[in-house]
Amino acid sequence: MIESNNIFALLKVVYVIYVGIVFSLVGMYVFGLTAKTKVRPGIKVPFYGWVAILVFFGVGIHIMTFHKIPWVKWDLSRNTMKVDKEFNIAIADYEYQIPEEQLVIQRGETVRFNLESRDYTYGFGLFREDGTMVFQMQVVPGHSNDIVWKFDKPASYTIRSTEYSGPKGANLFATNAVIVSSEPAVAQIDKDQSL
Amino acid sequence: MLQAANLNPLQKLALRFAVVSLLFYGLAILEGIIMRAHQINYELMTTPHYFAVMEAHPMVGIFGSSFMLAFGAFYFLVPTLLKKNIYSQRLGELTWILMTIGVSIIWISAFFFRFAALYTNYWPLPVSKEFSPFGLAAFAIGNIILMTGVFLFCYNLFATVFHQRDEKKPIGPMLMSALGIDGFINLYRRLIGRGVEKEAIMPLPIVAIFRGTIDTVLDAFVLGGISLIFLYHAINSFMGVNLSTDWFDALLYKNIYWWGLDLIADGLVLIYVAGTWYLLATLISGKELYMRNVARAALLVELIVSWNVWAHHLLSDQAQPNIMKIISGEMVTAFELVTMGIAIFITLKTLWEARPLKMTPPLKFLLGGILGFSLGVPAGIIQADLGMNRILHNTQWVIGAHGHMQLLVGLGMTLFAALYALFPMLTNNLQLKSKALTNIHFWTHLIGGVGMAMAMGFAGMDGMLRRAVYPGDNTFQPHMIVAAFFGSLLIVAYLAMMLNIISSIGIRGLIEIFIKLPGGERRETKPAVQT
Repeated sequence: MIESNNIFALLKVVYVIYVGIVFSLVGMYVFGLTAKTKVRPGIKVPFYGWVAILVFFGVGIHIMTFHKIPWVKWDLSRNTMKVDKEFNIAIADYEYQIPEEQLVIQRGETVRFNLESRDYTYGFGLFREDGTMVFQMQVVPGHSNDIVWKFDKPASYTIRSTEYSGPKGANLFATNAVIVSSEPAVAQIDKDQSL
Repeated sequence: MLQAANLNPLQKLALRFAVVSLLFYGLAILEGIIMRAHQINYELMTTPHYFAVMEAHPMVGIFGSSFMLAFGAFYFLVPTLLKKNIYSQRLGELTWILMTIGVSIIWISAFFFRFAALYTNYWPLPVSKEFSPFGLAAFAIGNIILMTGVFLFCYNLFATVFHQRDEKKPIGPMLMSALGIDGFINLYRRLIGRGVEKEAIMPLPIVAIFRGTIDTVLDAFVLGGISLIFLYHAINSFMGVNLSTDWFDALLYKNIYWWGLDLIADGLVLIYVAGTWYLLATLISGKELYMRNVARAALLVELIVSWNVWAHHLLSDQAQPNIMKIISGEMVTAFELVTMGIAIFITLKTLWEARPLKMTPPLKFLLGGILGFSLGVPAGIIQADLGMNRILHNTQWVIGAHGHMQLLVGLGMTLFAALYALFPMLTNNLQLKSKALTNIHFWTHLIGGVGMAMAMGFAGMDGMLRRAVYPGDNTFQPHMIVAAFFGSLLIVAYLAMMLNIISSIGIRGLIEIFIKLPGGERRETKPAVQT
């Protein structure tokens, strides 16, 4: 399964290339703009063609991520999704009230996290040991805040609030609070065998 | 040196805004570098103090600096372009005074009282027991005074556009033109091949300023409104009454608040910026704007777009309905890429038609501003996606690759382009002393701004949050050291610009923009602009 760090490894390359292209285009434009002899541009983009390109990229990115990033579909259909495990976590007075010391998940399990805030708006994010983020969501008081995620790699994750909730909120994290064990979930074995 | 006694009232007014704006910009840069030092684990201050600096930083940077400079320029440009008098000079003076007082009180609320609900002010954090009622009251009063100044600007600007003192004109066509509707009508006439295109009543920059100011009113209404609620809570706290916070739904509040707040970024900044580009492009090229009817129509489209994009800030709020996330958060937001792209195309094409052009400071900074938005807007579109936002939300990517790229490089360089273009007009043809300092300003600002924003963007992609501290954790130190290096170039840029301006105007001239000093010698110079 594609993970966020795979996507961002690609995005870093794309972003650097994009910045390079923008600088190059501006540089070429400036050269043409200030040259004493009139420079003919190599590529001519008609106005409405340019608008079409913008619409294509603006809308296309959402269509692409909908099809390529699995958690978009999980998110949109999470109310009807069947999950293997469910964890209820409360946050109050800058503390996570986690039901167990460590939330143990078996590899391949789909999990729903239900978060409740009893005072402020917090965040709920899972982070890898190298600091990169797996996912996050806002935890708004007075509302149900849930996220569904499928874990298919053994790992240990730290929970951290991803929303500012006052200076005390800076210490709102639980190190290695989520453990994904290397034992595959029974449901996953059944599924693999059926294949 | 500047002969302030020879300036007309409108020139003085614009210069007052500019001086205050540049001083606040210096403060914002200082705050930025202090926070950057803290992020690379120099223990300069406590965590509450760090967040207090973070509270003040955007208010000083956006309202104290950017709004102030834009308002000063518009107070000068609107009457000049319309060839009529400003509606009220007094209201103009009151605007910068109130805005200065308001921003200063907000800064005090953070510096002295450690009020730090931050820019987002998510309910009920600002009115909670986490902050002293003095801090809350100071922030609320500061914001109310600031927004009063913003309202006065809007009123004065609308009144200047429509007042009938100099010449009687029917209001209806003026309003249609100010909204950009005549651009649509002309496009329609051309499409059906009938009728003659009508000459627009309002100059295009006026349409952009007018359109942006509509969003400014709405933004001030929301920010001022929540400040009144904050003040009410603070007064009750002083009286020993502990008010419940349950009466306001946190998610509804978030929607309302972001609707108003987002008008700053997605409404008025993009529109004011487009207007400034169009003005500069026509001034620099000496030609009419390319596809001006489309430009007018696009400004009206942006009105619809800017009012319907706020939900991209709530893509990670699970209680927010999916339909709002997809339509407002993703699809309508994507059209900001289109409207900004149209403005870039029209500006570049207008300049291109006038080539060869000399690379003057306004042109350089204008192209720098376009480059900033070309990098910052797509970064915003990437994060305004359900899949990407699940990770990028609230990370350094948002405030770096998107926010600071747009504000520092895009908006900042556009405003500097306007500053360099208007400088001779505001000072009766005074020229800046040093081309070298102008060049240093340009290159250090461009490289510093882009480098810092990119370093922050990379930190965000690696998981660094934007409003968090990492004491004793060196995971993101390399990113922040790079950001600090490029950030320090912004200080060099600022100092080069200020040295150039102050040495050109003179200390005496600078002071005499505000007060008349004794012993001044009056020399007759012809004003560059008569109003």
